[in-house]
Parts: sequence; C-alpha cells; structure tokens
Amino acid sequence: MFKFFKKSKKNEDENIKEDIQKEEVEEENKYEEGLEEKELDKSDESNNGSEIEGKKEDFFTKLKKGLSKTRQGVTEKIDSILKSYGKIDDDLFDELEEVLITADVGVNTTMEVIDNLKKQAKEQKIKEANDIRELLKEEIEGTLKKVEDSKIDRKLNIDPSPAIILVVGVNGAGKTTTIGKMAWNLKQEGKKVLIAAGDTFRAAAIEQLEEWANRADVNLVAHKEGADPAAVIYDGIQAAKARKSDVLICDTAGRLHNKKNLMNELNKIFRVVEREYPEASKEVLLVVDATTGQNAILQAKVFKEVCDITGVVLTKLDGTAKGGVVIALQSELNVPVKLIGVGEGIDDLQPFDTKSFIEALIG
Amino acid sequence: MVFESLSEKLQNALGKLKGRGKLTEKDVDLAMREVKLALLEADVNFKVVKKFIKDVKERAVGSEVMESLTPGQQVVKIVNEELTSLMGEKESKLEFSSTPPTVVLMCGLQGAGKTTTAGKLANLLKKQNKRPLLVACDVYRPAAIKQLQVVGEKVDVPVFSMGDKNNPVDIAKAAVEHGKRNGNDLIIIDTAGRLHIDENLMDELEGIKNGVNPNEILLVVDSMTGQDAVTVAETFNDRLGITGVVLTKLDGDARGGAALSIRSVTGKPIKYVGMGEKLDELRSFHPDRMASRILGMGDVLSLIEKAEESFDAKKAMELEKKIRSQQFTFDDFLDQLDQMKNLGPLDQILGMIPGVNSKQLKNLNVDEKEIVKIEAIIKSMTKEERNDPSIINSSRRKRIAQGSGTSVPEVNRLLKQFKETKKMMKRFTDVEKTMKKKGKLGLPFF
Ligand SMILES: Nc1nc2c(ncn2[C@@H]2O[C@H](COP(=O)(O)OP(=O)(O)OP(=O)(O)O)[C@@H](O)[C@H]2O)c(=O)[nH]1
Ligand SMILES: Nc1nc2c(ncn2[C@@H]2O[C@H](COP(=O)(O)OP(=O)(O)OP(=O)(O)O)[C@@H](O)[C@H]2O)c(=O)[nH]1
Ligand SMILES: [Mg+2]
Ligand SMILES: [Mg+2]
Repeated sequence: MFKFFKKSKKNEDENIKEDIQKEEVEEENKYEEGLEEKELDKSDESNNGSEIEGKKEDFFTKLKKGLSKTRQGVTEKIDSILKSYGKIDDDLFDELEEVLITADVGVNTTMEVIDNLKKQAKEQKIKEANDIRELLKEEIEGTLKKVEDSKIDRKLNIDPSPAIILVVGVNGAGKTTTIGKMAWNLKQEGKKVLIAAGDTFRAAAIEQLEEWANRADVNLVAHKEGADPAAVIYDGIQAAKARKSDVLICDTAGRLHNKKNLMNELNKIFRVVEREYPEASKEVLLVVDATTGQNAILQAKVFKEVCDITGVVLTKLDGTAKGGVVIALQSELNVPVKLIGVGEGIDDLQPFDTKSFIEALIG
Repeated sequence: MVFESLSEKLQNALGKLKGRGKLTEKDVDLAMREVKLALLEADVNFKVVKKFIKDVKERAVGSEVMESLTPGQQVVKIVNEELTSLMGEKESKLEFSSTPPTVVLMCGLQGAGKTTTAGKLANLLKKQNKRPLLVACDVYRPAAIKQLQVVGEKVDVPVFSMGDKNNPVDIAKAAVEHGKRNGNDLIIIDTAGRLHIDENLMDELEGIKNGVNPNEILLVVDSMTGQDAVTVAETFNDRLGITGVVLTKLDGDARGGAALSIRSVTGKPIKYVGMGEKLDELRSFHPDRMASRILGMGDVLSLIEKAEESFDAKKAMELEKKIRSQQFTFDDFLDQLDQMKNLGPLDQILGMIPGVNSKQLKNLNVDEKEIVKIEAIIKSMTKEERNDPSIINSSRRKRIAQGSGTSVPEVNRLLKQFKETKKMMKRFTDVEKTMKKKGKLGLPFF
C-alpha cells in the first residue's frame, strides 16, 4: 500500500500539540524544585461532633432526596405501566424496556434484564402485570449483585494510614468538587488530609482546588499552572510522608479517555504513585457524571486499563431523573460505585448503597 | 470501538437478501430494529427514536433499491438522509444585532463547557473583527471568575467582573453598559452551571435575560449526555427560549445522540461544536457528519453517492480492463488520484467495500502532503516512463527526483510501491469479481 496512509488520526495530531503544550514546562527529575506550597493553616477546632451526628442520621433521607427525581422518574413510570396492563404481553415488555433505557441503564443491560424477565415470567407462569414488579426488582438487584457478590468493599480503601486517593475522569465530571467534599468528610472523621493540585492545565484549576482546601480546612500542595502533574504528585507524596498525613488526595486534569497522550500522562502519574508510595493504601476513583449516557462504560473501561481504578464516584445525581448509569457501570464493569455526589455543597457527598439505591429507584 | 457499526449490522441483517427491487415491509422491520438499537446506543432519546423509526419506516417500505446499492445500503441511505435533514441547517451563524452590542448569553448544566466555550467564541469572533467583552456572572463556583479571567487573558479579550458579592442580573446589566461605553460590539455572558430543575437558578437566568435582552441564548451541552438531554433542553428552552445549542467535547468518542434529541425537541439549531480544550477548538456544525457519527459509520453513504457521481462510468470500465490485464500505468494512477481527491477520505472508500474490515482502517488517514509529492514525481516522468516504469534507470530517477523536488529514495519508494500495488490490485479485482456475482457494490479504486 502507498505510504500516504498515516497511522494517526487527526485527533491524535491535535493531542500531540496539546501534549507538547502541556509538557513544554515539564522538567523531568526536578520534582524537588518549584515546590510552591500553600499552607492553609486553620484551626482544627472549628467543627463539632453534633454536625457529624446530624449527617449520619439523615443519610437515607439525603439519599432519597438526592434520588427523589430518579424515584419519580422510574418508579412512577413502572407503576403506571404495570397498572395500565392487566395481563402480561409483549407490549408491556417493550414499555418496560423503554423505561430502563430512558433511565440510561444501558442498552445491553436493559436487553439482558428484559430477556431474563421474560424468561422468569414464563417459567413462573406469571400472568398478571402487577406480579412482575418484584421480579423486575430482583432482576436489577441481581445485575448489581454481580459486584456485590465479588465481595468488593464499597468503603474507600484508605485503611490503614497512610493512604493515597487518585481522582481521575473526563472533563467537567466533578473531580475537583468531589475532592473538596471528600477532604471535608475525611477531616470530619478525624483524618489528617493533604491535597495535591495535579491539574496544572485547566484555567484556574489550582485556584478552584485552593478554595476547596480552604473550605475543607486542609493543606494543599501545588505548583504553578503548566507544571508537570507527575511532579506535583511526587511532591505531594513527599509532603504527605514528611507530615505523616493520613490521606493524600490528588486532583488530576480532566481528560477524554480516547486521547492517547493524556492517558499516557495519567499512567505516568499512576506509576509515580506506585513507585513513590508503595506503603500507602491506594484508592483510584473514577468520577463519572450521572447525566452521561452510554459513554460512561467506555470511560470506565479505558480508565481502568490505564490506572486501575478501584471505585467510581457518580456525581450530579441530584440533577438527573435517572441514575440508571449505575446499573450499567456495575453490571458491565467490575468496579463498585463507592460514592455519589448529590449537590454542589461541601456535604453533598454520600456513600453509595445498592439496596437503598434500588429501593429509591424502583420502590 | 465497542459498537459494531450500523452499516456492518445492516449488512449482516439484510446481506442475505439478494437481488434488487423494492424494500419489503419485512426487510424494513428487520433493518429498523438495528437502526433503533444503534440510535439508542448513541444516546438518542427513546421517544425521539420511536418517532424517527416510524417516519423512516413509512418512507422506506416499498421504496426502490437503487441499482448500485444493496438493500442494506439503501436503508442506510434513507436513514442517513432523514437524520441529516432532522439535524437542521449547516453552519447557522450567530445573529448579530443591528444596533451593537450583540449580547450572547451562555447557559447549561454544571461542567458542560460554558466558560471554555465563551472563551472560544470570543476568540473566534475577535478574528472576525469583533470587539468582544467576556462577562463573569458565575458568582457561585469556586474560582469561576478567575477561570474566565485566565481564559480572557489567553485570547486577549477583556473580562468584566464585579466579584462574587453581586447579583448576576446586576452584573450582566452593568456589563452591557460597560461594553457600550468601551466600544465592545459583542458581549458574551458566562453563567454558573445549573440544574434544569433548580427553580431559583432558572429564575436567575430569566432575570438576566429580561435584564439585558440577549440576541443569542446558547445552551451548552456535553455531547456525552445521555437520555436526559431531552428534559434538560426542553426545560432551558421553555424557560428561556434558547436560540441555539453548542455541543461540546465532540473530540471524545461519544456518538452524540443528544444532538438529535435536542434538535428534535427544541427545533433549535446546533450552532457550534467544541472539539477540544484549547481555545481555538470551536467548529461549525455539519449535520451530515453528525448524522453519520450518530449512526456510527463515518460518511459512508455520502461517499457512495459521491462515488456514483464522480466516477466516469466509461473511464471506470476502461480502468477495470487495464487492471485485469495488468496494463495499469502511472497515467492511470494520476487519474485515480484526481478522482480520489473529489471523493474524500480514502480509508472510508476502502471501508465501503464489503468484506474490507472497517476496523482495521480506522487509524488510516490519507496524508495529503504525500499525495502532492507523488503527483509531482509522476508529473516529472516522461510519457514513456509513465507507460512503462521498467525503463526508469538510475539516471532517469535522478532526473525525476530533481524535476519533482524530491529525492531519489523517494522516487524509488514510489516505484516499488507502484509495483506492489499492481500486484495487489490483481488480488482486489478477484475479490471484486466475486462481489459482482453477489450483486454488491464494486468500486474500482486505484
Ligand atoms: N449539581 C451538582 N453539581 C456538581 C456535583 N459535583 C460537581 N458539580 C459541579 O460540576 C461542575 C464541574 O465540577 P468540577 O469539580 O470543576 O469538575 P472537574 O471534573 O474537576 O472538571 P475539570 O477539572 O475541568 O475536568 C462544577 O460546577 C461543580 O460545582 C454534584 O454532585 N451535583
Ligand atoms: N475535550 C474537551 N474538553 C472541553 C471542551 N469544552 C470544554 N471542555 C473542558 O470541560 C471542562 C469543563 O469546562 P468549563 O468551561 O469549565 O465548563 P462550565 O460549563 O463552565 O462548568 P461550570 O461553570 O462548572 O458549570 C474543562 O475541563 C474544559 O477544559 C471540548 O470541546 N473538548
Ligand atoms: Mg477539576
Ligand atoms: Mg463555568
């Protein structure tokens, strides 16, 4: 074949440019230099225990509230469908299929769930539409169970100290905000938290994280815009060691998973963590926007390959009428959803719980 | 890619159907199931899909299958045409006010890309001799103002801000006054991300709208958005009467079905697409490209059509004969290069040929510079040399290299490749023969 075939997509060409721009400032092995640490010493005494109590109490209400839109969306639709059908027939299954798909459950998962539902209904000789609700619930639960059964803990893997949490994801998913919330939560639990500003690319990303560090009242390690992100993480690790921090949380720049160079950059960061902090408990969190459709699965797959994600944070669940992407993520990927974001406030981060999620989803 | 492309699926579903004639209801039903799944996998809203399928079905049943197409390709053609027309106008531009300044209001969900797009827009229009002013009305998100300021600095456009202690409605009003005083003929207002269900913040947007009467209200939507895109777009449109949509992060690999959903529920045009994080990566929208992207099949169909138009049938026949008898010369090759230039991306032409695995071709791209070089080399050959490359000895090579501004190794490479290609063409013509027997499209190439 003639050589005017190039083994590169236009996209990658652009990536290379981008990469050059991002790495222009990079100076390998100068991790010690340019450390421009921002000490944000604030009194530790400002938070009292009652707040923590209050938070724990209303977890379920919060969750329900966070998912209330979801609840109305899916449950009501299923209800009205089941009511409008006396007997089971193909149209009923079609409509149920529609409900799941419109909830971003995912085409594959939906087809699987509906097929199983049909089979079960036939085997158990179920005739009444109303009797199918329990089956549907079991089916969805079963799908989620795949992860449950493999005994993956939904708790963050941060014990014993020291621990490092690497936060990754596509652009605008909610990484930086999640870090702010997480830092606050961990601090409430009495942990000594340090944050590293690994997004040196996006405009004012460092300032944004700085503000969150202020709010959460924790320290921040940051370089200047344009610095090598791996160097920032390296410095973060050294600082965490020196101060005996319990948890180091690392922000990273948003990156689309199909951009090879940016994914390589992430892999480099990941390797720095592995190499420099082998003694630390590791958590790699992929932050996914709950309004994302089918692309969420692709994201999770690629990020898993590149930096071995150990958990997913699903953000903006307060906005979507759905949240079905949880099911798609759990069933098609062996990584548990660990936390959910239900707002822009500092206490709007909640642990994810399969049972209450399904309760809230299907009722 | 996880998803098998629609054309491949339809090829599988309808491939068995031989012969031509009209599309039967059964063909169409079979095809529509695949089309439906493809659209759903691309995140097109379920309701939109349903309606679309119904419309297309009506048009497709009983329609004549074109001579040169298989039934599967015929369905793709109809689906693609319908989708493209649904997608709306090509390149709708911004409406500029007859009495400057033109005011553009950006709105959308959290993290969609409003601030970045505001910067990109300022950058783009500045190049068209506008004098933009960026306005920081996100008083909520940490460092949102600072972000816009950094963006403004990068594109060298002033940013108006009143800090985060003022009401966004007041800031917007003051900004317009400021812009008028300072000769800014374009005012781009960045607002905080908000959920469509957040009544207070939606009220605030309405307040800004009433306060400054924007000429354009652009809804910024992440192309990765799922089924909910419909509700979001509907709500923003109902509350504000948006004038257009910007689809961001299209440099990703999401199929972008949200575009279709939004278009069909709001009827508003997609004015721009974001193709990267950098501030010059804003492009105009091409409905045909978007349709193909949603269907997951590149520009296959438009290429089929272009191929039909631009291939001179007689020439093609002659060429075929030549290929068969291995009489193919550099002149023919030059001809082919010309035709190819009218056709578009070579990888997709190859991808159209049934049996050629489109996945393997994904990463191939035609290097235009190489083509120019090849052309130059061939044009530096004499008539005789083009007809019979075997006479090209080393002194001729040197002359050709000099004449074409290339080097001898480059000339050598072309000669070698030409020889190999001739061999390969023989193999392809064999494939082609079998394809012809099956009644499938057989395009000559090279
Ligand atoms: N409603 C809602 N908004 C959220 C949530 N989490 C984050 N956001 C908002 O989403 C937007 C993007 O959040 P960021 O934290 O900046 O996202 P990011 O992933 O760090 O973005 P980049 O660094 O630019 O890739 C901001 O406006 C946040 O306030 C959530 O759980 N609910
Ligand atoms: N790859 C890619 N990234 C984009 C594009 N447009 C925006 N982004 C990125 O998406 C993230 C969010 O962009 P912003 O402009 O901050 O989004 P926003 O809507 O202003 O966010 P909020 O103000 O927090 O609601 C940033 O990381 C941007 O760099 C695009 O077209 N392609
Ligand atoms: Mg961030
Ligand atoms: Mg913004």
